[in-house]
Amino acid sequence: MRMLPRFLSGLLCLCLLCGLPLAVQAQDDPGQALLDPLATASYAEKGEAIEAIIESGDARSRRWLEALLGGQLQRHKNTGRFVVVVENRGRNWPVVDALSFEDAGEMSRRDLDRIGINNALRGQLQGALAVLDLHADEVAERREAARALLGAVDAGLVEPIRAVIDGEEDAEVRRLLEQALSIQRLEAGEVEAVETLSGSLNAQVRSALNAASRSEDAELAAAATSAMADIEQKMALNRGLETLYFGLSLGSVLVLAAIGLAITFGVMGVINMAHGELIMLGAYTTWAMQQLLPGQPGLALLLSIPAGFLVAALAGVVIERGVIQFLKGRPLETLLATFGVSLILQQLVRTVISPQNRTVVTPEWMSGSLMLNEGLSLTLNRLYVLGFALVVFAVLMLVMRRTRLGLEVRAVTQNRSMARAMGIRATRVDILTFALGSGVAGLAGVALSQLTNVGPNLGQNYIIDSFMVVVFGGVGNLWGTLVAGLSLGVINQVLEPWAGAVLAKIVVLVFIILFIQKRPRGLFPQKGRAAEG
Amino acid sequence: MWLTRPFRERATRLFLGILLAALALVTLLNLAVPVGHPLHVSTYAVTLLGKYLSYALLAVAVDLVWGYLGILSLGHGAFFALGGYAMGMYLMRQIGDRGTYGDPVLPDFMVFLDWDSLPWYWLGFDMPWFAFLMVLLAPGLLALVFGFLAFRSRVTGVYLSIITQAMTFALMLAFFRNEMGFGGNNGLTDFRELLGFDLRSDATRLGLFLATGIALALGYVLCRAIVASKLGRVSVACRDAEARARFLGYRVERFQLFVFVVSAMLAGLAGALYVPQVGIINPSEFSPIFSIEVVLWVALGGRATLYGAVIGALLVNYAKTVFTGVMPDAWLFALGGMFVLVTVFLPKGIAGLLCLRLRRRAATSQPTAGEAAT
Repeated sequence: MRMLPRFLSGLLCLCLLCGLPLAVQAQDDPGQALLDPLATASYAEKGEAIEAIIESGDARSRRWLEALLGGQLQRHKNTGRFVVVVENRGRNWPVVDALSFEDAGEMSRRDLDRIGINNALRGQLQGALAVLDLHADEVAERREAARALLGAVDAGLVEPIRAVIDGEEDAEVRRLLEQALSIQRLEAGEVEAVETLSGSLNAQVRSALNAASRSEDAELAAAATSAMADIEQKMALNRGLETLYFGLSLGSVLVLAAIGLAITFGVMGVINMAHGELIMLGAYTTWAMQQLLPGQPGLALLLSIPAGFLVAALAGVVIERGVIQFLKGRPLETLLATFGVSLILQQLVRTVISPQNRTVVTPEWMSGSLMLNEGLSLTLNRLYVLGFALVVFAVLMLVMRRTRLGLEVRAVTQNRSMARAMGIRATRVDILTFALGSGVAGLAGVALSQLTNVGPNLGQNYIIDSFMVVVFGGVGNLWGTLVAGLSLGVINQVLEPWAGAVLAKIVVLVFIILFIQKRPRGLFPQKGRAAEG
Repeated sequence: MWLTRPFRERATRLFLGILLAALALVTLLNLAVPVGHPLHVSTYAVTLLGKYLSYALLAVAVDLVWGYLGILSLGHGAFFALGGYAMGMYLMRQIGDRGTYGDPVLPDFMVFLDWDSLPWYWLGFDMPWFAFLMVLLAPGLLALVFGFLAFRSRVTGVYLSIITQAMTFALMLAFFRNEMGFGGNNGLTDFRELLGFDLRSDATRLGLFLATGIALALGYVLCRAIVASKLGRVSVACRDAEARARFLGYRVERFQLFVFVVSAMLAGLAGALYVPQVGIINPSEFSPIFSIEVVLWVALGGRATLYGAVIGALLVNYAKTVFTGVMPDAWLFALGGMFVLVTVFLPKGIAGLLCLRLRRRAATSQPTAGEAAT
C-alpha cells in the first residue's frame, strides 16, 4: 500500500510531461478556444459555449457534443487539456485527445474534471445534435434526422431549422421539418398549425394534436379534435390493410402447404400424411444449401428452389413406389401407412441432423420492410412468400390445364380403366403426379424456412391445416384451395386481435368442421363425372 | 337374450377365460409371492399392466367403430381424454385442503391463477356419482353432437377421419389454454385418494388394476353383444355398402350414431380408469398423434375382431415401454415401421395370422373390400 502514492505521483509526472507539449500545440487550434468556455460552473455560460460550437461549423462539433452529452468530455485539472474518456472503469481511464482524437494513453480519474450538464443543457444538446445531422450528405440520414426532430423542437431550434429548410433540396426532408415546426407552433397555441398537420400519421403529430385537443383554447381544441378524427379514420384504414396483409401472408403459407396436397389428395385421392414431412425436407434442403454455400444466403436460397423440389419429389417417388402403390383403393390404410412414413422421416431428421431447430439465414434483399406510409409497412420476406405462392399456383395451374401430363392426370382420375384403354400409362402418371405434389411440398418448405423455425416438427404443424384447406376448398379443385387458403388466413388474422391467437385457431377449426357438415364437398364442389366415386 | 349371445361364441369364452386367468395370476403373484422372488410381480408392474388394460379398452372402442362401422376415427383420443378429465376433476376435488396452497375448495392451479371461485362446470365434481356419470356423459355428448352433424350430412370415409382429427386438435389447443380452467399445460395431477382409498397404497393400485380388467371384460362383452345383434349386422351392412343399406330402408345415420356414441363412452371409461393409475391427465392426450397410435394398435392386432384390438394394444404398449427404456431414439422408427408394414403386409393383423376358426369370421374379415366399394 505504501507504494501507491509514489506510483500515483509518478504517473502524474508522466501525464504532465506528455501533456504539456500537446497543450502548447493546442493553443493554435481554434477548437481549444471553443472548448475552453465549457469549463465554467455556470450552466448559462455553458449553454452559450454550446451555441458557439454549433455556429462554428467545426467538423469535430458532433463528436464534442456527443461526448459532452455522454459525460465523456473531461478536462485535465492541471493542464486544461480536454480529453474524451473511452471507458470509465477502474482507477485509470483510457482517454483520447479531444482535439486530435488520437489515443492519449490513460489518465487517473482524480486528475479529470467532468464537464457537467443539466437537463436543460441535455435538451439543448439533443436538439443541436439533431440539427447537426440535418447537414449530413446522405438523404436517408437527413430524413432520419428530420423525423427525429418531430415533437422535439423548442423555440430555440426554430431559427436554425428555418435556415436548414431554405437550403434543403430534398422535398421529403423539407416536409418533415415543416411538420416539426408546425408541432412546435401547435404547442405554442397557433390554430393555423393544425391545418398543416392534419392527415399525418406520425405518432408525434398525433400526440401533439391530442394534447392540443384538450387545450383551454376552444378554437384550437375544436380544430385539433377534428384533425384527430381525420387521422383516426386513416389509421383505422391502415390497420385494416395491415390485417389484410398479414392474413394474406398467412393464407399464402397455407396455400403453399396445401397446394401439393391438393394434387396428391384432391386429384389422385391419396391421403398422404407424410406431406408435412415433405415440407420439412424442403426446409432442410434450404438449410443444407446454405451450409454448402457459406456467406451467400441469397444464392443458396435461389438454388434451394429447384433443389428442394427435387429432394421432396424424389422422396415422394420413394413413398409412392414403396408404400402407396400397394394400397390402391384403400384410402384409410394409405393414411395409416403414410403416417408411419412421417414418423420415420421425423425421427430420421432428429437422428441424422439434430433434434434442435436449425437457423436458416434470410438474405439481405429479403429482410427489412417496404414502407407504404407512416402507418403501414409490409415486411419484405412475407411479401416475397406471398408472390412465390402465387407463382407456384399459376405454374401448377398451367401444368394441370395446358400440358400433356395434366390431361393424362385428369383422365386417369376420372376413369382409370378407360384412360388405360386409351393408351395412357396409368402407373407412370401416378408416379409423376405424386412426384409433382411432393415437389410442391418441398417448395413450400423452402418458402417456410424464411418465416418459421426449421425443425423436425415443422411438418406436423402444417399437416392438419393443409388438410383443412383442401377439404374446405373442395377436393380436386386447385382454385378452391387458393381461395380457401387465403380466406382462412384472413379470417384467422381478423379474429386474432379479438380472440387471441389460439382461440382464433380453434374458432377457425370449429368453423370448418361445421362447414363440412353443411357442404361436405367444400366451397367449390367438383361437377360432372369427376364428382362421382 | 342379446346380452348372453356372445357367450355362445368360442372366441369370447376363450378371450374372457384368458383375461380372467391373467388377472387372477397377476393378483396371486403380486400378493402371495414374497418381494424379491423372481416370480413376484411388483406393484409398479401391476400399475403398468393396468395402464395397458385401459389402453386395451380404448382400442376395443376404436375397433367397434372402425371394424364394424367402417368409420376411421382419428379423434378417439379426445373421448378418452374427456373421460380422463372428468375423473381428474373428481380426484382434484378430493384433494381438499391438502394441496400446496391449502385452499379447501379451489385446486392449486386456480389459486395460482388468482381465481376466487370454482367455474360453474366444476360444480358437482366433488360427488363421485356425478363425476362417474360425467365420465360417460361428457364424451357421449360430444360424440352425439359431432356424430349427429356428421352422419346426417353423410360425411364419411376420409373426410370424417380428417374432421375427427381436427376435432381432437381443436380440443387440444383449447385445453392448453389456462383460461379454460382445466389446468392448462400441466393438466390435473397430485391426486390423493379415490372414494376414500389412498391412491398411493399397493392395495388401491391392485384394486384399480382389477377394476380395469373387469371393465375391459364387460366392455368386450358389450361390444361383442352389439356386434352379434341385429343392430350389429346392420352396422356391418352400412360399412360394406352404405348406399345399399340405405335403399333397403335402414336409417344408416342412426345406426352409425348409436355405435359411435357407445364407442365414445367406452373410450371415456377407459380414460377414467387410466387417470388414477397414471396420476396425471394433461392436454397431450388430445394430441392427434395419440389417436392415430390407437388406430395402429387395432390395425396391428387385427381389425373387426375386438380381441385383436386388445392384443395389439398390449403388444405395442409393451414394446413402447421396452424401447423407450432401452433405446428411446429407435421407438419412432419402430412405430413408423409398424404402421407401414402392418398396413402393407398384414392387412388382417395378428388375429388374421392366428387363424382362429371363428363362426363369424367369414362375414367380417373382408372389411377392405367393402370400403373400396363406398
